[in-house]
Formats: sequence, structure tokens, C-alpha cells
Amino acid sequence: MTTSTMKTPATSAYWAGLRDGAPFILVAAPFAMVFGVVATDAGLTLAQVMGFSVLVIAGASQFAALQMMVENASIAFVLLAALAVNLRMAMYSASLVPHLGAAPLWQRACVAYLNFDQPYLLSISRYEARPAMTVPERFAYFIGAATPITPLWFLMTYVGVVAGKSISDAWALDFIMPIMFLALVAPMVKSLAHAAAAAVSVSVGLLLVGLPSGTGLLIAAGAAMLTGALVEVWLEKRAQ
Amino acid sequence: MNYSAAEIWTIIGVMGIGTFLIRFSFLGLIGDRPMPQFVLRLLRYTPVAVLPAMVAPLVLWPTATDGQFDPVRMLAAMATVAVGLWSRNVLWAIFAGALTLYAAMGITAVL
Repeated sequence: MTTSTMKTPATSAYWAGLRDGAPFILVAAPFAMVFGVVATDAGLTLAQVMGFSVLVIAGASQFAALQMMVENASIAFVLLAALAVNLRMAMYSASLVPHLGAAPLWQRACVAYLNFDQPYLLSISRYEARPAMTVPERFAYFIGAATPITPLWFLMTYVGVVAGKSISDAWALDFIMPIMFLALVAPMVKSLAHAAAAAVSVSVGLLLVGLPSGTGLLIAAGAAMLTGALVEVWLEKRAQ
Repeated sequence: MNYSAAEIWTIIGVMGIGTFLIRFSFLGLIGDRPMPQFVLRLLRYTPVAVLPAMVAPLVLWPTATDGQFDPVRMLAAMATVAVGLWSRNVLWAIFAGALTLYAAMGITAVL
């Protein structure tokens, strides 16, 4: 009795995460599949393509690495470009500290492996909307949110490798990722500070688009975060 | 592509380890030590600071059209943002974006 009542909140948090994460298979599936198709087309073997999706498990950087490899860039530059694209996840990692920092090390390591855009964005909105969640509930929710998408990411990469070449360009799969990111971010613009941060992000990002892969993104993100924080401070001062 | 199998596996291995370390960084090393107030303020804006800069070039200069501006993709992006802002719901926004994309592609194909 005691154990079941103690387990219930974390279990229901897991199911809530699973429910919220499930719809993302619709957008992640084509993305993983496209990676399978493009990587095979570029000359990687099945094992190598799967190696990318299982060990790296970060779509945008997988595509970035592939792009550099197709251009026969030096290994150092392939790695630099791909890892720069992933640097935003250091910010994800940092922003999870107030919510999950108290969890055991192995749990934090699991979250780190699965800390890609969708589970992170779902979880951080949930944590902020419900500050009363306990740490075990937060961990359970995160794992729940990652449960549907992760195996599917691997499976659809494989499907892309095997069946890929019959997919027509007419389906505009390239634009599924931008739509997904815009759909994730638009509902989060909930204050003047958020709007200012997003506006700076877009303008600086476009201005610096000529810089080497990922560099402009990092500068734009830093400037936008600073803008958001400063506007927030300014609004608070004005309200007093 | 001009890499040996060993070179390709080096890229995959280093990327895997590097990506994990980036994701683990603050969460793993800092743990639950309290963070300064201004750092917490900065981090609140992470998603709205990173994603728009990542998406904006893809919307204005799509890779599929070799960087040529594409009204169909622009329309789909605008529908996604509008419905996302209005409904505060990720799924409705994705649905609106995909629907607009394919509807506009269908219409331009007929014209």
C-alpha cells in the first residue's frame, strides 16, 4: 500500500511525459528517415548511419557533420562544426540544474543522453508550469517524454537507410524541421522579454549567417539571452 | 566523400562523446549547488534565444531550393508561428504548418 501510493506520482508523471511526447513521433520520424536516406546517399554504411543516430542522437548536428563530410572537410572541422551546433545543449543542461540538479548522478547521466530538443522543451515548460513537482516526478516526466521518440529515432533512421531512395523530393521533408522548431517556440513567447529575445535571436542570426556553421547561432543566442534577462530586469524595476 | 572507415568511426565516436559531455556539463558537474540569480534569468530565455536564430535562415533561404526564397515555405512558417502564438499549443501549430505547406504546394502545382 505504502509503496504503491509512493510510486503513483512518479508513475503518473512518466505517463504524462509519454502522452506529451507521443505526438512528436510524427515529426521526428520523417526527420530520422531523411537522415538515413541522405547519409546512405552520401556513402555511409548502415552501421555508420546507425552509429550516428544511436551515439550522437542529435539531428541538427548529424546533418551538419554530414554536410561537412560531403564537402570533404578535414576531420577537425567536421567535428568543430557539428559540436558547435550542439553547444546550445550546454544551455539546456544549465537550465535543467535548478529542476534536476538534486537527482542522483545516474539519473542526471540518463537525462544528459536524452537531452535533445523535444524532451527538453516539453520538460522545461512542464517544470515551470508546475513548480510543486518533486525531483523524482521531474525525472519520470523527462524519461516519459523521451520514451516514444528515442526508439523511433533509431528505427526510422534504419527505415531511411533501407527504403530511402523511393522517397520523392515532392514531400518537402526538408521543411518539417523548421516547422517543428517554430511550433515549439511560438507558444513559449509569453512576455515582452521573451518577444525581445526572439527578435534579437532572429536578427542577429540572419546577420551572422555567413559565419562558419554554428558560430553565428551561438552569438545570436548569447545576445538574445542577455536581451531577455535585461528586459526582464527593466520591466521589474518599472513595475516597482 | 574521401574518408577511411576508421576516420568515419572517429568522427562518430568523438561526436558521440562530445555531445554527451555538452549535455552533461552543467547538470553533471554543478549538481544542486545554487546558481546566481542573473544566470537563472539568462537561462530562462534559452529556447527562445536559440531556436529562432537556427530556424530563420532555413525559412528565408531553404536548402531544398538552393537558398532561393520560397513563398510556399514562408507561408507555412508564418502559419506555424501564428497558430502557435494564438493557441499556445505545439501540436496545433505543427498541424497548421504542415497543412499550409502541403496545401500551398498543391495549389502552386495546379497553377
